Amino acid sequence: MLDINKIQVGDNFSEEVVDNLTRTQIVQYAGVSGDYNPIHTDEVFAKEVVGYPSVFAHGMLTMGLTGKMLTNLLGDGNLKKFGVRFTNQVWPGDSLTTKATITEINKESEKTIITLEVTTENQNKIAVITGSATATIS
Amino acid sequence: MSKKSMPIEKGHIMMFARAIGDKNPIYYDDDYASQKNKNIIAPPTFIQSSAQFDPDYFLRPKIGEPWFGSGKTPTGLVKSEEKSNEESSSNNILHAEQHFEYHLPVCPGDILTPTSIPGKKWEKESKRAGLLKFSESVTEYRNEKGELVITAKSVGVVTEKTVEN
Repeated sequence: MLDINKIQVGDNFSEEVVDNLTRTQIVQYAGVSGDYNPIHTDEVFAKEVVGYPSVFAHGMLTMGLTGKMLTNLLGDGNLKKFGVRFTNQVWPGDSLTTKATITEINKESEKTIITLEVTTENQNKIAVITGSATATIS
Repeated sequence: MSKKSMPIEKGHIMMFARAIGDKNPIYYDDDYASQKNKNIIAPPTFIQSSAQFDPDYFLRPKIGEPWFGSGKTPTGLVKSEEKSNEESSSNNILHAEQHFEYHLPVCPGDILTPTSIPGKKWEKESKRAGLLKFSESVTEYRNEKGELVITAKSVGVVTEKTVEN
């Protein structure tokens, strides 16, 4: 977790949130989230019916992985806003890194409100998620 | 309790944390949480699994109904259904954006009830995927006291062509 007494606008943080994403992890996410769409869970359907090269991850799995980096950085239960745009698909075998940059710091009497710009990239440095997050840390 | 209400359950939170590869004990360990004077809480995107509690959610196989995934054949739908516009376009629905605002923590024992508000709709032309039709929906999740816990805004897009990158 970051030290709120030492942070500055422009500070960067990063964490690898998944290494070599497996089809099984995608199925695990399908099972828990309830989104069983065969484009995520059924290789035969994804390839033969829709024409994708394979199944691919739920956008919300990638957002969940991204959120893990943010909660590790900002602390449990401190997020106030978290919003993303899904810019590219995530495929089995991808490794993803989430990067966050502080864009704003507002100190109030007993708490600090931090806003960050957030990007998750794959192993080819292609952004799969771009967005922002705001946290209140007391 | 509305038929779509979501009871927040400890085991469900633990399984969700496993699926996103998050080892943080705040998502499963009561002793750890009480040492920090906290409760077990749900990860920030957990509310998405409220789909489990929507009896009509279209991306879950329903008992006794055909499912569009593969079995003996690559899709379980018969030809006439497969060709209907609605079904063929549903293959090209992608999630474009997701935004959450957190008003209160989500803890085991809470019962959250969603209220959906349809949002804007717009279109855009794209080289990669043809005509894109965007639609927005806003869902407010309230607890049993009627307090607003999470506001979720989702943007979906229907693409003309299948997108690969």
